[in-house]
Amino acid sequence: MEEVDVEPAVTNIPAASDGKHLGFAWGPGDILVYETLYKASGSGCSFIHEVRKDEDIYSPNLRKLFNESHHIFVGLQTIREDLPSKNKKPQFVSISKNYRSVIRACMEELQQVAVSTKDAEVATQYGNQVSILLAIELIWNLCEVLTLSGSLLLHLLDWVRLHKADVDEKAAEVLQSESPAEHHDYWDVVVSYVLQGRLEEARQMLVKQATLHPAARKMYKLMDTLLSKMPFYNPGGTQTLTEFDVKWRHWHGEVNRCLQDNSFASNQHLEIICKIIVGDEDTLLEHKELLSTWYHFLVTRLLFSHPTVKPTELHYYAQSCMTMFLDARSVPEPLDNILLAAFEFDIHQVIKECSIALNNWWFVAHLTDLLDHCKLLQSHNLHFGSNLREFLLLEYASGLFTHHSLWQLAVDYFDNCPEFGRVYLGLQIEHIPLDTERKALKVLRICEQRQMSEQVRSICKIMAMRALRNNRLGSALSWSIRAKDAAFATLISERFLQDYCTRGTFSDLDLIDNLGPAMLLSDRLTFLGKYREFHKLYGEKRFSEAAKLLLSLMTAKIAPRSFWMTLLTDALPLLEQKEVIFSADQTHELMFCLEELTSSLNHSAPGTDKPTQDEDIEQTKVELLRLALARNLAMAIIKEGTIEA
Amino acid sequence: MFVARSIAADHKDLIHDVSYDFHGRRMATCSSDQSVKVWDKSENGEWHCTASWKTHSGSVWRVTWAHPEFGQVLASCSFDRTAAVWEEIVGESNDKQRGLSHWIKRTTLVDSRTSVTDVKFAPKHMGLMLTTCSADGVVRIYEAPDVMNLSQWSLQHEISCKLSCSCISWNPSSSRAHQPMFAVGSDDSNVTYSGKVQIYEYNENTRKYAKAETLMTVTDAVHDIAFAPNLGRSFHVLAIATKDVRIFKLVPMRKESASTGPTKLEVQIVAQFDNHNSQVWRVSWNITSTLLASSGDDGCVRLWKANYMDNWKCTGILKGDGSPLTGSSGQPTAMSTVVGSSVQTSQNALNGMSLGFRACGVGCAVVFVYFFKTFFLLIFFSF
Repeated sequence: MEEVDVEPAVTNIPAASDGKHLGFAWGPGDILVYETLYKASGSGCSFIHEVRKDEDIYSPNLRKLFNESHHIFVGLQTIREDLPSKNKKPQFVSISKNYRSVIRACMEELQQVAVSTKDAEVATQYGNQVSILLAIELIWNLCEVLTLSGSLLLHLLDWVRLHKADVDEKAAEVLQSESPAEHHDYWDVVVSYVLQGRLEEARQMLVKQATLHPAARKMYKLMDTLLSKMPFYNPGGTQTLTEFDVKWRHWHGEVNRCLQDNSFASNQHLEIICKIIVGDEDTLLEHKELLSTWYHFLVTRLLFSHPTVKPTELHYYAQSCMTMFLDARSVPEPLDNILLAAFEFDIHQVIKECSIALNNWWFVAHLTDLLDHCKLLQSHNLHFGSNLREFLLLEYASGLFTHHSLWQLAVDYFDNCPEFGRVYLGLQIEHIPLDTERKALKVLRICEQRQMSEQVRSICKIMAMRALRNNRLGSALSWSIRAKDAAFATLISERFLQDYCTRGTFSDLDLIDNLGPAMLLSDRLTFLGKYREFHKLYGEKRFSEAAKLLLSLMTAKIAPRSFWMTLLTDALPLLEQKEVIFSADQTHELMFCLEELTSSLNHSAPGTDKPTQDEDIEQTKVELLRLALARNLAMAIIKEGTIEA
Repeated sequence: MFVARSIAADHKDLIHDVSYDFHGRRMATCSSDQSVKVWDKSENGEWHCTASWKTHSGSVWRVTWAHPEFGQVLASCSFDRTAAVWEEIVGESNDKQRGLSHWIKRTTLVDSRTSVTDVKFAPKHMGLMLTTCSADGVVRIYEAPDVMNLSQWSLQHEISCKLSCSCISWNPSSSRAHQPMFAVGSDDSNVTYSGKVQIYEYNENTRKYAKAETLMTVTDAVHDIAFAPNLGRSFHVLAIATKDVRIFKLVPMRKESASTGPTKLEVQIVAQFDNHNSQVWRVSWNITSTLLASSGDDGCVRLWKANYMDNWKCTGILKGDGSPLTGSSGQPTAMSTVVGSSVQTSQNALNGMSLGFRACGVGCAVVFVYFFKTFFLLIFFSF
């Protein structure tokens, strides 16, 4: 295969180049570039330049193109593999047409904006975008005609007509004039119609001229007959190729005879038309202005000289037409080469050249995807067909991912890349800025739907950390529960308990009250939940349940030792109630807890100097507790003894 | 490609490093002026400097962000023989209103006796770990056991590489099949010591890092080194900046079940480019490792890309156009934006390449000057 070797694109950075280095840093969507020196010290200008790639992604005018083609793309992916190809073809053709109509709609919108804008520079920019879209549509349409459509020549004619629409504008102008037949563009229009094979319209135009020249009526009548009798070949129709061939030869002979016997010699215009329909190449080439492109020339030439052309012969005619038409210019332009490659049915070359010539991946990615679905890449002997498709889709989707809202479209493209789509999505989606909780939830949902557990965990951890840094404990806790991050949940629970100790109230009650099974994520979180439950029970005056829970928090070692004193202090009001709440056994256990706690405290802090004020308070607390426990024990023993008796 | 905007960084001396945070919404810059600056991107894409402070008593070589799971944390390293860890404090509300943030030093790592040449956080799945390398040839791995208390860092590993170290890179793979691995490069210019790149792998049994491989073919000074994101592959890809750009593939060999030593690696060279003509100073991969950027003595940043046949080629060049934006530092402190001057120039250069779209149906006769602008080039070559 021909090697396409192009010099790399150079982007100029406003920085000094002599003897200086350029430093850089990759970001998710762009690259930062700055002047520096790596080997020696020296001064440099301290500017940092943000350099971006996919310029088109940021164009507000192309949003529609990206959005709508995304829908078509997703629809295409759902066409079932197992359908017989016969049934799928019309679907593919309609999808191809949908893509093209999106391009056209986008183009027309851009065109309007370009016309209405006052800023000349912006207008040029839009104009450029329009012409790129035009080229894309032209190429796409040709590929569609060549690969998906049945009757080749008729579709090629449609293709030329669609992209050479200025004939219609001119015709409208002529027809609106007072005397159309005398309009200076009259004959241009007639000849253009003939060149495009629009013979019916040409005849209607000629009628106007005929009525103006009654003397030449016979001649016009003859031309009208010739034009009306021209046979068109439709492979899908009832006519066989041989039948058509006989008919066409007969007609062609007739036109030729008219030319030979100078039937139109008195009217140069009709003579020209006659020469055109007989397929005279020199005459065609004399009308380069009206043809305007070599591919129009090609189609016209095929129409009048080789109407039964087979797809396999196309490339020969295409090549020769291009050479004949472009004689003045030495080098064909990118578009010429792309179209030529298409006429050669070298789909791969088309994609290749387009990738080089066009400045976005949109076109090549979508076209390749469509052709791949049509199984056309394989039939053209490209064994890496699906790789090429995936490669281009990945590039396109990665470009979308740099945009602050279009990235959501990219997800579906990655989903449809079987080899690397998931890895790419994982790498890209992690870098989506989580500006708000809402956005974080959106990203999270996408990851959850795809079981990307590592990304889910990371997003939740980031959000939890951020909430904690901003002292939003409730949010931090719910994010870390979502991340199943036990260590962090422990840390936040600790903060909740600390807050409680200093303020005496809990924040985020809703969350803590509704922890449910999530409570089991970490011991400390369990404790937090249970401890809050105790407060609730106490608040509802369900004292014996509260007492039981409180005790179990210590005996089951759910509560951290550092919190025992608080728990014991919480027991005080229960001990001081009129009725006995803690049973004798329970009181014993409480006493045991208190002793365990005080002995460990004394142990860790061997009697230093004078007790501080804090220690004094602690000591008082312990004594109060001991007193309350002893009294409760006494009451409990009496009560229990009484009931038993 | 095009220059979207230019930012006056307003450092009083040469900028040595610029680093994006994980989400691309913040950046940090460091300079010979001994300071670090933090920049935040606003909704409309403008960059605002929200903090600037003196970090070291010497040139600051590198600045890097920890993963946001660990909060807003920066590490810097300097000629002053130290590395430092910085954490942003959520400050008073009026600070926020004024668009300022407050960073405090959590720790200074003073173990090195020479200039600390590189500092990198380990991949996040390993916890909060920081690695430094220094001119005395030692790689140090620190760990913050409590992510809520960044003032405590313990020196976990000290690995002597024998040669003056210039750069380190962690293998980002979080696959369970891969042990933690890093590569270290040496800028020792004596070519008689060959193997300027060493690869170390963690051994679970000894709980130590052991040398898995030395790239013997790399004999010249190495200035930068970068592992590519793994993409779920079994092998690793490593880019090296030395007298040229090199891309290596490291394929772990099947381990004998009894063996407890480090994984043997089969080293294959994938590509080698001398387009920078002389020394290459930096190499770095984009997020999906589809593009490698390198910076060299030719004053250019070059972008390298593999096509789907895995052929590597230069697809873009970023080049200083010789027009210093500002002569001196000490320009206006507010950041100024200079928009896209390069777009114009690249268009002029490409004028000749008009696509010549002559059949404009909508009635516009537009010349095609738009082509070849970006680097959507060369995915296709030579097969």
